[in-house]
Amino acid sequence: MIPALFFYLFAGICIASALMVIASRNPVHSVLYLILAFVNAAGLFLLLGAEFLAMILVVVYVGAVAVLFLFVVMMLDVDFAELREGFLQYLPVGALVGVIFLAEILLVVGAATIGGGGPRVVVAPIPTDVSNTEAIGLVLYTKYLYFFQAAGVILLVAMIGAIVLTLRHRTGVKRQNIAEQVARTPETAIEVRKVKSGQGLEV
Amino acid sequence: MSELLQHYLPLAVFIAVALGLSAALLIAPFIVAYKQPDPEKLSAYECGFNAFDDARMKFDVRFYLVAILFIIFDLEVAFLFPWAVAFGKLGLFGFWSMMVFLAVLTIGFIYEWKKGALEWD
Amino acid sequence: MTASAQIPDLLPVLPEIVLIVGALALLMVGAYGGERSSPLVNVASIMLLAAAAAIVTWLPSGKLVTFGGSFVLDDFARFLKVLALGGSAAAILMSLDYFRREKILKFEYPVLILLATAGMGMLVSAGDLIALYLGLELMSLSLYVIAAFNRDSAKSTEAGLKYFVLGALSSGMLLYGCSLIYGYTGTIAFPGIAQAAAQGGLGVTFGLVFLLAGLCFKVSAVPFHMWTPDVYEGAPTPVTAFFASAPKVAAMAIFMRVAISAFPTILVQWQQILVFVAIASMALGSFAAIGQRNIKRLMAYSSIGHMGFALVGLAAGTQAGVQGVLVYISIYLLMTLGTFACILSMKRPGGMVEDISDLAGLSRTSPTMAFLLAMLLFSLAGIPPLAGFFAKFYVFIAAINAGLYALAVIGVLTSVVGAYYYLMIVKIMYFDEPQRSFDPMPREQVVVLAVAGLFNLLFFAYPAPLLDAATAAAKSLF
Repeated sequence: MIPALFFYLFAGICIASALMVIASRNPVHSVLYLILAFVNAAGLFLLLGAEFLAMILVVVYVGAVAVLFLFVVMMLDVDFAELREGFLQYLPVGALVGVIFLAEILLVVGAATIGGGGPRVVVAPIPTDVSNTEAIGLVLYTKYLYFFQAAGVILLVAMIGAIVLTLRHRTGVKRQNIAEQVARTPETAIEVRKVKSGQGLEV
Repeated sequence: MSELLQHYLPLAVFIAVALGLSAALLIAPFIVAYKQPDPEKLSAYECGFNAFDDARMKFDVRFYLVAILFIIFDLEVAFLFPWAVAFGKLGLFGFWSMMVFLAVLTIGFIYEWKKGALEWD
Repeated sequence: MTASAQIPDLLPVLPEIVLIVGALALLMVGAYGGERSSPLVNVASIMLLAAAAAIVTWLPSGKLVTFGGSFVLDDFARFLKVLALGGSAAAILMSLDYFRREKILKFEYPVLILLATAGMGMLVSAGDLIALYLGLELMSLSLYVIAAFNRDSAKSTEAGLKYFVLGALSSGMLLYGCSLIYGYTGTIAFPGIAQAAAQGGLGVTFGLVFLLAGLCFKVSAVPFHMWTPDVYEGAPTPVTAFFASAPKVAAMAIFMRVAISAFPTILVQWQQILVFVAIASMALGSFAAIGQRNIKRLMAYSSIGHMGFALVGLAAGTQAGVQGVLVYISIYLLMTLGTFACILSMKRPGGMVEDISDLAGLSRTSPTMAFLLAMLLFSLAGIPPLAGFFAKFYVFIAAINAGLYALAVIGVLTSVVGAYYYLMIVKIMYFDEPQRSFDPMPREQVVVLAVAGLFNLLFFAYPAPLLDAATAAAKSLF
């Protein structure tokens, strides 16, 4: 009873805030609604018993991705009111795609519930004696080593890509070199010159 | 209610209290506060001038670079949690598997450092 | 610990490990050496690709499986890996002169190509859905970055952005399909899916449709082709040459593996989809190319058309069909690389030119290049006795043997239409008034063009090695 209540609460807020993401006028509000949608999705994961996924969703999506989105939204110097003009003319096409997707999902889910077609091959049941996170830890680094390392390489590519595409150094900026500063001695830093009176000094 | 969800009951109570309290503080002014707005009071105040333009402006793309590098390392850390939890049972193989993963990303980190992506200017 | 803690057999993955470790080492060389080390990194990456190809052929023959079935190295994978590695090496080779001229010679470019090629290797060898997705993402993510590699050019940036947004959309569809398939079959391994799918069911079919949609995007088949012309035109030309070669091979490979090894039991379902996609791609590739002025855009439509022809063989769903696709894709790879070697040589003192009209009178200003390019274009059009004719011949024969007469007839008709625009370029090169001549061709391009040109001209005399390899590769998939 109570989990069902929470399910409808999370699902309802999730869908409502997802709607607001595309409906709100201010893009910053859209991002904030997106965060709300993420949090509620995390709640749904929790109800399913996927604790680890729920927490990762909060840490990674709410904590990091949404922040990046905020940066991007603020960085774009675009007149959003202008961007929205003609927004409605895409509505028919978008609605059509949405309706097709909905019909497909209904067909698929309907077929499954009516025809009783669950998974053909029943996979190992979720163990109850270990926690969610530990269960993932037990297989991810050994049995699924290949996927794990591939994920690492993909992260590396993302890192290289971000740097290749956005990093540019300004010319003419003097950078602080701490090692050089620390290594300075009176011999390298100070020079004593005799100044003849009335002649000045050429540096 | 399953046992797992039972653990989260305090959290639900906490969120409910927090929501209730903040909602109360938001709603209370509407009820009790003295209100008599006029256009001048409601206009944006900027040192006595009207606001010149939109507050939105171009951010430096470097903010974005910092944010995306943060996300990448955030994800890396996400992989560390289950490893740490199951560490005792993983044995040597699990240990070295994580070390290889970290080595790949450390190489990325060295690249980043040498390229100067971590310097602001 | 349990039995899973045993170290898996790493031998079959050796080529990919070599590529990734090599890429990491070269990244460090670049990071410490700065831009001065770029030529060294370029040369070293070509050698790494060659080494990986050597290891692929050196590894013990037969079907090697590791990581609990996630990674499969059979003759099919070997054949396509060698092709992809060769394509990547040629792409790096051809890029040297261009990037030097444009002053954007960076060490990250070959490193990203190495990582993309490792992704292709993983993709070609994928034995389950997660391995498929990870390989695909490793490849695509590197490709998004190098599409926008010339970041000071608005066109290149636009190409990268477009490719990324649409690519992410297609990855989403692919994942949605994978999750449906997993939900309804309860397994991610291809053999398991094949068993479970045999019982039919709407859910699996829907999953299959989404999965195929994602894959169609990667091979740029109609109706998921719309990114191709813009990305081909906007990306720097060597990057376009790369896009048209190795990634296409890898994407086609996983297309075949998914269709044949994961869904052989519901062949009727995907056959319909592939017949439609093949017809649409061939038709669009032929008709839309006619009006193009820019040669890179033209090559984009040409590649859409060629993917359509290759899918004709897969639509047959037989061993002969797969063999036809393998022959087709190898010949296509060489033709495309040769053509791009010519496109990359279209430069005058003012810079690169990309219009077809700039080729006018090439037969008088540089007759050898004009002759080889004309032969390559004839071959792409499928005129006997050049290599491209045999490529088309095998896929059409396979389609006819599988009873797909209409598909074969439409294929022949569209290739006649397609011949029109290839012949038009030849006409411009041979009969129009010459313009100023191009700069002399750089050595690297000469090598690629010579190899592609000679292969193209002499394939009919000695086709046995390629055909035998393709037969063995196709056999290992069934």
